[in-house]
Amino acid sequence: MFSGFMVNAWVVATIVAVVAGVVGFFTVLRGSAFVAHAIPQAGFAGAAGASLIGVSTFAGLGAFALVSAVAIGLLGKRGRHDAMTALWLVFMLGLGALFLSWSQEYAAAVFALLFGEVLGVSTNQVLVTAALGAVCIAALVVLYRPLLLSSVVPTVAEAHGIRSQQMEMCFLVVVAVATTMSVPVVGALLMFSLMIGAPGAARSFTAKPLVALGLSVAISLLIVWISIAASYLTDWPVGFFVGVLGAVFFIGGRAWATWRRSDVGRGDEADSRGGAGQLEEVGQLA
Amino acid sequence: MTGMAAILGGIFEAGFFTSGPVRVALLVGGVVSLVSAVVGVFTVIRGQSFAGHSLGDLGTTGGSAAYLLGVNPLWGFITSAVIGALAIETFGNRRPRERDMATGIVLGAGLGLAALFLYLGTVQHNTSGAAVSILFGSMFVISSSMIPVFVALSLAALAVVALLYRPLLLSTVSQEIAFARGVPVRAVGMVYLLALAIAVSLSCVTIGAILSTAVLIGPAAAALRLTKRPGLAIAWAAVIGVTVTWVSTLLAYDSYYWPPAGRGWPVSFFVVTLVLIVYLLADLGSRQASRRAGARAMGGNDGRAGADGSTQPAESWVLGAE
Repeated sequence: MFSGFMVNAWVVATIVAVVAGVVGFFTVLRGSAFVAHAIPQAGFAGAAGASLIGVSTFAGLGAFALVSAVAIGLLGKRGRHDAMTALWLVFMLGLGALFLSWSQEYAAAVFALLFGEVLGVSTNQVLVTAALGAVCIAALVVLYRPLLLSSVVPTVAEAHGIRSQQMEMCFLVVVAVATTMSVPVVGALLMFSLMIGAPGAARSFTAKPLVALGLSVAISLLIVWISIAASYLTDWPVGFFVGVLGAVFFIGGRAWATWRRSDVGRGDEADSRGGAGQLEEVGQLA
Repeated sequence: MTGMAAILGGIFEAGFFTSGPVRVALLVGGVVSLVSAVVGVFTVIRGQSFAGHSLGDLGTTGGSAAYLLGVNPLWGFITSAVIGALAIETFGNRRPRERDMATGIVLGAGLGLAALFLYLGTVQHNTSGAAVSILFGSMFVISSSMIPVFVALSLAALAVVALLYRPLLLSTVSQEIAFARGVPVRAVGMVYLLALAIAVSLSCVTIGAILSTAVLIGPAAAALRLTKRPGLAIAWAAVIGVTVTWVSTLLAYDSYYWPPAGRGWPVSFFVVTLVLIVYLLADLGSRQASRRAGARAMGGNDGRAGADGSTQPAESWVLGAE
């Protein structure tokens, strides 16, 4: 399980898990799950187009992911962000379908891009993934305070001179970079499951942002490692284990939160405590 | 006269109206996009585009399970979409961001299961072609024997929206007011989500998951840019939805002779492109209209208020009507 080609799989999956845990933390905090779902799939259309004209699929994926991030950010500025995201997503998927209809052997390629092929990663790919992952993490370290503030209390952020529109755009670009690094190795669907499942579960355990962030990374790593091992043993797709484990951890977190609430016996007061605790922490940051 | 015939002949390639599959595609595509557009108006107003899209993707989970078991895929699509709707409503009933996250979790789990079912199906049937047709769908492969079932389920979804029209609108605009007037807000939301699940499953199984979201959100979002009255928006959405679908079917039929592949462009490409163009045009129109209104009311402030107000189009209407 740890020999030869499997080493690359473990390394690359670990990198992806860390990035997904960090980026996903902000995704869940901002309520941007739909965008996190849309951008990887848009990247898939780019990869299909690139393979059609003989360019590296990696470049096509990155270009489409970036263009989509900017387009969703600009077009969604007015009116309904989620409707615009849906329209852009289907437009990209439609383009992808068109590109695939032009190329020859499409079925297997679609399958690989949607569900990933973590077991066939080259050393070169590992290096690229690590570099892009480092860029994502560095960007989020720099943006940590303003992004957190504008995600949790946009009005306070504005008062501190943080433009929420700017923050939204920065965040979308980070999601696009995270997508570009992860989709070729783990697939569009799996990246999304990781980005929502782990942070969603982490939030049930603590209200402190930094602790939740750490927990999110830890759960994400746990999910990925268990999934690869299970996939190796059963030969079933990694995406299955990641998706289901994400939901299992989330439900576990929910159950734990409910149990603790009834244990403390503060009822609805505790329900709003999550938000209040975060506010407190953010207040100290500001 | 001959010139007219030549133009029509150029637009409608030979055999368009006599081809059996095209007739079925026009009929089923029309019905499905009509139902989706009507249901979609509420999806867009309620900010449930993500749920609407996810239910389609979740439908593919059931679709692939049905493929594995050898059952008619329609029942697989409907079963898993309904289960998905129940799960989303159970986990994400409190705040919008929580609903967003819960939808994401349910979607992730569903897609994981779909990956497994497709994998098992591929192992069993030794082809991944079925996976692609489940994911992308095709209008030209509908059997005419299924048409009565489609029509019956479509009518059921429309009936739910018609029966729930006022309480749904009221609880969408303001939960507090609806609650104060004795509307069972949660039950109404739940029943609506089930209608959405049925509408989305129908469109998914006939025209594929991509188009399902396109005809659900696109016409409705464009219509809500054109008018703020929900009743009118529903009518506009229906007209836009059916027109876009039919024009796309025609273009896809014509594209059989287009470069580069010489075997037709996918219908989905035409639908999503037309839908996006219609939405952007409607958006441009509404922006200019609100700018004019702003200029009339002297001062840009009113213009901006108008643009902001359009994010809650039903509000003034419902509250004004009471």
